[in-house]
Amino acid sequence: MKLKIALFGLLTAAIAIPALAQKAPEAPGGKYAKEAEQMFRSSFRTDNPKYWMSRLDQDDTMKTCGTYRDNPPRKVGEQIEKANRTTIRYPVDGKLIGDWKEGEKLAAVGTGGHIGFIQPDPAGRVRGGNCYACHELAKKELAYGTIGPSLHNFSKLRGTSDDIIKYAYDKIYNSNAFSACTNMPRFGLLNWLTPEQITHIVAFLVDPESPVNKD
Amino acid sequence: MIQRFIRTLVGMAVATAVIGSVSAQDSKVADELAKYREALADGNPADLLEVKGEGLWAEKRGPKNASLEQCDLGLGPGKLDGAYAQLPKYFKDTNKVMDVESRLVHCMVSLQGFKQEEVTKQWFSRPGKESDIEALVTFIGAKSNGKPINVPATHPEEAKMAKMGEYIFYRRSGPQDFSCSICHGQEGKRIRLQELGNLTTKDGAGFAMKTWPSYRVSQGAVWTMQRRLIDCMRQARWPEPNYLADSIIALETYLQKTATGTVMETPGIKR
Ligand code: HEC
Ligand code: HEC
Repeated sequence: MKLKIALFGLLTAAIAIPALAQKAPEAPGGKYAKEAEQMFRSSFRTDNPKYWMSRLDQDDTMKTCGTYRDNPPRKVGEQIEKANRTTIRYPVDGKLIGDWKEGEKLAAVGTGGHIGFIQPDPAGRVRGGNCYACHELAKKELAYGTIGPSLHNFSKLRGTSDDIIKYAYDKIYNSNAFSACTNMPRFGLLNWLTPEQITHIVAFLVDPESPVNKD
Repeated sequence: MIQRFIRTLVGMAVATAVIGSVSAQDSKVADELAKYREALADGNPADLLEVKGEGLWAEKRGPKNASLEQCDLGLGPGKLDGAYAQLPKYFKDTNKVMDVESRLVHCMVSLQGFKQEEVTKQWFSRPGKESDIEALVTFIGAKSNGKPINVPATHPEEAKMAKMGEYIFYRRSGPQDFSCSICHGQEGKRIRLQELGNLTTKDGAGFAMKTWPSYRVSQGAVWTMQRRLIDCMRQARWPEPNYLADSIIALETYLQKTATGTVMETPGIKR
């Protein structure tokens, strides 16, 4: 009996030690996380309309990514990816590739969706994909950001197969379906871009005539 | 500061040269450059505001006809040298962790008799409408020039505030999934052409925090840290926080704690 307990103790110790060694960093806020959430929520002007305030709501992906400081353990990451994969919706006609010229415009537009009382976007301002904020795309646009990898020559490097087209569409629709807690927004899921707009951006990435692949 | 500024200027010039034929971009960058040159010719335009702030600090104003010279920014009444660098801080008299702006407003209310709504109405300037708070904060900030940022957050209320700031820093929400960390959590990244430091490290937070308040060329105005962070929340597509909100003070506490030890160089000049 005693031996069994001792063995059990040894075993748990053996399991616990490697787990301890790679213990994830404490969740942001530590023991104050709950209080911090309340404080954050009550920090906004009371004249913000309700539908603005709803932008502070978090889905499970947002919550979990915050908890793990954007770096979830692989197991948790897989769950996030799986859940996000089920959210992807396609255009009614099933065509995933649109007009690259429209896509080029959308990729460059960084405005839209700013709210508040100091400098909101005027009503009806186009919301773009703002891909250049984070990615290099067409060679001629030099004002690109580096938060994401270069997408220059996207289809020159990867081809134009149906799989690649679907991957590009899915990635833009819901980036977290492939890499949990990525810095890339989930454009389709959060209704920032419509499925049709996404097909235009897919064309911008994949069409051999698009400046992404041509120059 | 001027050296850094010149580096930025050279960066902009290189960017213009490289961008070359892209017409709209070209003229935009050229505009920007012209503004920089103008700004450089007369030194930092924030210096003027600093002088104005110094005047406002000593002037008898408000219903109580008092100056701010007895204001306690954490080092004792009237002690200004290094005061900005040790804020935010816990204050016994209000039982709150306060940043430079909330403390200044507290003094304007308690010493000068102003009403808070009145005195914060113009908390930032707009073209043709100057802000006393901006001028005063520029003056107070400059009094910490050369002093290391010192926010160890050892008082339990300060430690708690820093933790709550950390929580907000990583909190994702909104139609673009943004958190502060998305834009400011990695080394050596930029958004379009704007450099973004890693605000979670001492170097990154120090490089940023030591220069505030800063003159922003693109805005033609000095921005305080409240103004900076409230605009970052706008960029995140979130609703608008209250001026002096605890969430902003918590973020400042977190950032200043991370930056602690970095020597202040303010007022800065920024894009
Ligand atoms: C806020 C920054 C950000 C924005 C805006 C952004 N992305 Fe990304 N993107 C990333 C990051 C970071 C990655 C790498 C991690 C990952 O795969 O999610 C990435 C990855 C990608 C990939 C996968 C690349 C590969 O090698 O498989 C594609 C495709 C992509 N982005 C397309 C776009 C398009 C198109 C847009 C505009 C509609 C866009 N992104 C907007 C940050 C961004
Ligand atoms: C969408 C991207 C984005 C998000 C989200 C964002 N910021 Fe920023 N932030 C910026 C940009 C762009 C600048 C200005 C950089 C420049 O002009 O060179 C900036 C500047 C700053 C600065 C001044 C940096 C310096 O070097 O002087 C601080 C501090 C800062 N942000 C903190 C925050 C905090 C805290 C949050 C979360 C509430 C946040 N930001 C959210 C994009 C963002």
